[in-house]
Amino acid sequence: MISQSEFRGEFTVVIRKEAIVACATLLRDDERFTFDSLRDLCGADYARPEERFEVVYNLYSLKSNRRLRLKVRVDEADCRVPSVTSVWPAAAWHERETFDMYGITFDNHPDLRRIYMPPEFEHYPLRKDFPLMGIPGSLPLPRK
Amino acid sequence: MPADTPPRSILQALENQDTVITFDDPLEHDMVLNMGPQHPATHGVLRLLIRLDGETIVSAVPDLGYLHRGYEKIAENSTYHEFIPHTDRLDYLSPLANNVAYALAVEKLAGIEAPVRAQYIRVLCAELARLSSHLVWLGTMAMDVGAVTILLWGFREREKIQDIWDLLTGVRFTTSFTRIGGLANDMSPEVAAMTRTFIENLETSLVEAEKLLKSNLIFIDRCEGVGVISKESAIALGLTGPLLRACGVDHDLRRDQPYLVYDKLDFEVPVYGDCDVLSRFYVRIEEMRESVKILSQVLEKMPAGPVNASDPKKVPPRKEKTYGKMEELIHDFMLVNFGINPPVGEAYHAIESSKGELGFYIVSHGEGYPWRLKIRSPSFCNLQAMPPMLIGGMISDVVAVIGSVDPVMGEADK
Repeated sequence: MISQSEFRGEFTVVIRKEAIVACATLLRDDERFTFDSLRDLCGADYARPEERFEVVYNLYSLKSNRRLRLKVRVDEADCRVPSVTSVWPAAAWHERETFDMYGITFDNHPDLRRIYMPPEFEHYPLRKDFPLMGIPGSLPLPRK
Repeated sequence: MPADTPPRSILQALENQDTVITFDDPLEHDMVLNMGPQHPATHGVLRLLIRLDGETIVSAVPDLGYLHRGYEKIAENSTYHEFIPHTDRLDYLSPLANNVAYALAVEKLAGIEAPVRAQYIRVLCAELARLSSHLVWLGTMAMDVGAVTILLWGFREREKIQDIWDLLTGVRFTTSFTRIGGLANDMSPEVAAMTRTFIENLETSLVEAEKLLKSNLIFIDRCEGVGVISKESAIALGLTGPLLRACGVDHDLRRDQPYLVYDKLDFEVPVYGDCDVLSRFYVRIEEMRESVKILSQVLEKMPAGPVNASDPKKVPPRKEKTYGKMEELIHDFMLVNFGINPPVGEAYHAIESSKGELGFYIVSHGEGYPWRLKIRSPSFCNLQAMPPMLIGGMISDVVAVIGSVDPVMGEADK
């Protein structure tokens, strides 16, 4: 664990990305946590030189009716995070979306493909250096 | 010889009636069927690739993105108020519920609380949106399995909700009704009267529709035991809303993590345990009855008072006032040009929308624009459970299952 914080009654825990699968398994299986439901998983681009990206896991426990936010930080040079699909199958599409939007690769993901953008698209739209208007010519148009 | 004419030997072989030609078929005896994105039963632009063995589904791959408009990118480049109209276009069958969910998330982040009257009106909005969405679901799902009458009846009832919205918000669909810290307008007594008449008559229509469906052997046969997903997989795949409650999980955010004034209202959470299309049908029908109960309590308990929080640095003033008053003009200028600047931090707020948990995760860097806004859309997460529901079923069950999942692609594709 790197840090923990509380804001507006919500707990956030930042952990090392290498520990994510072990930590997720513990949070799901341990009697004290029982976070059986992954409600959301998303990326975020903080546009900083080190640890540019974050992957955010919003967890919910059906048994104890509590929420927890888990975060890992990712360097641009090593844009890889272990996948948590083995712990929460719900992560499969969320991780595909994060890959599509930020280019963060999830290791051991069963089917890591783009989910919204076409497969031949080369950019990652939600990165802060991707312009709002898009990049002309980046989407192939039908030829005459 | 041009390249596109077949070799002479094959033509000759075809002319000879005794010839047997075998091709290497990578699918063997399977067939791949492409359904959508323009199929009438996919409720929008969902595309499904289905691999069939005879009429049995071997595997299914949903394909999304045909309605992707990049709303999360747009949110990062618009002020908190500017993004409200975009929330209408997420789940376009219940725009008011999206407005409420978004306003609540921003208010949580900025530390504002809307006045009690505004909260009651927001509950009214959210429940009308749920009814409207469920009525469309009832109609389209029944039509998909062959009962066309229900479609017309559902839309007839929904039309009355649209009329209420017209009077309440000024428009029928893209409502954009909430503001950060309150609402665009107060609710008039006519709206209350219309809502009361509507909920008094809805029960009759529901009973009529139920009579046509519940005693209809074709409908029951096409729904019972179809699209089954176990309770454990439903939880693991992150299903929420009516789909989860049809799997025997007693979970509703309105009761479990109350927001607005839901803790002051009395309602039940219908739960059915058969995990099939029919269970989802019963859950949604019962939910509509609970919504009617909530609406009648809201109309009864709604207090008088302001509908906007008194926080001029964050809540925009009424437009008329900006024309004649200096303070209001300054605040309006600051809010339009610089935004509401919530403190540095992040917040996630979710409501129980008609499809499930609709959440907004917002990261603020203290600026007028959100640094990151993530929409946790229930349709997206629910669609992920389509393949396990479909596999092993028949081709004709696909439309029933899509109908019971009730996806709205505007929300799934963002």
